[in-house]
Amino acid sequence: MSSVAAKKNRPKYLNLQALLFEIRLPLPGWVSILHRISGALLFLAMVWLLWMLDRSLSSEAAFETIRQYARLWPVKLALLVLIWAYCHHLCAGIRHLFLDLDKGTELASARLTAALSIGAGLALTAWLGAKLW
Amino acid sequence: MSVHRVVTGSRNGLTDWLAQRVTAAIMAVYTVIVLIVLLGGPPISYAVWKDLFTQGWMRVATLLFAASLCWHMWVGVRNILMDYAKPEGLRLALQVMTLLTIAAYLGWTLHILWR
Repeated sequence: MSSVAAKKNRPKYLNLQALLFEIRLPLPGWVSILHRISGALLFLAMVWLLWMLDRSLSSEAAFETIRQYARLWPVKLALLVLIWAYCHHLCAGIRHLFLDLDKGTELASARLTAALSIGAGLALTAWLGAKLW
Repeated sequence: MSVHRVVTGSRNGLTDWLAQRVTAAIMAVYTVIVLIVLLGGPPISYAVWKDLFTQGWMRVATLLFAASLCWHMWVGVRNILMDYAKPEGLRLALQVMTLLTIAAYLGWTLHILWR
């Protein structure tokens, strides 16, 4: 790695190292991209969730099977990720509604509500996870 | 003279924008109600679970949720496709697949609710 001064004025192009370590997305940017990722994830996972809902309502035996299935750790992990996706999407969405009304668009408050959205999403996930298992 | 028109998947952006927010509000309210019912009630057994989904209000509320979700998903996924799927043919193909998937989800939900 050459010295910082030598690199200073050179045009930057996107390589993997730059994307991963050098370009830092501000907190509201994280809320935004996670909002999109969580939404896409929920859309794709809907087929699995509907399958579980379908099975769980079809008979008592199937209900118990699904209950056991949800206790397997890979399933539990996947469900926790989806619960997080739902909670984050909800919190980021509520924040977005306020931004639509021109509330919280100042830098300081935008950063604060971004941190709150991420925190609330994680806290809700932890709470629901604890309630479920 | 021919005009090149781009297929975006939307006829009115403002309607989509508004629909995304109204459907979001409906789903948020449903989420709170279902959480209160589930966490406030007895431990969830098959009987409790089945009984909940046999009640008329729950079926209608869930249908409303599902319809909102479908519309919401369409606007959201379409936005993602408009941002990342640049070749028109690819985007159109993915949009059609998205619509078919959403229609299948809705049909399945109806089947589950009124079996």
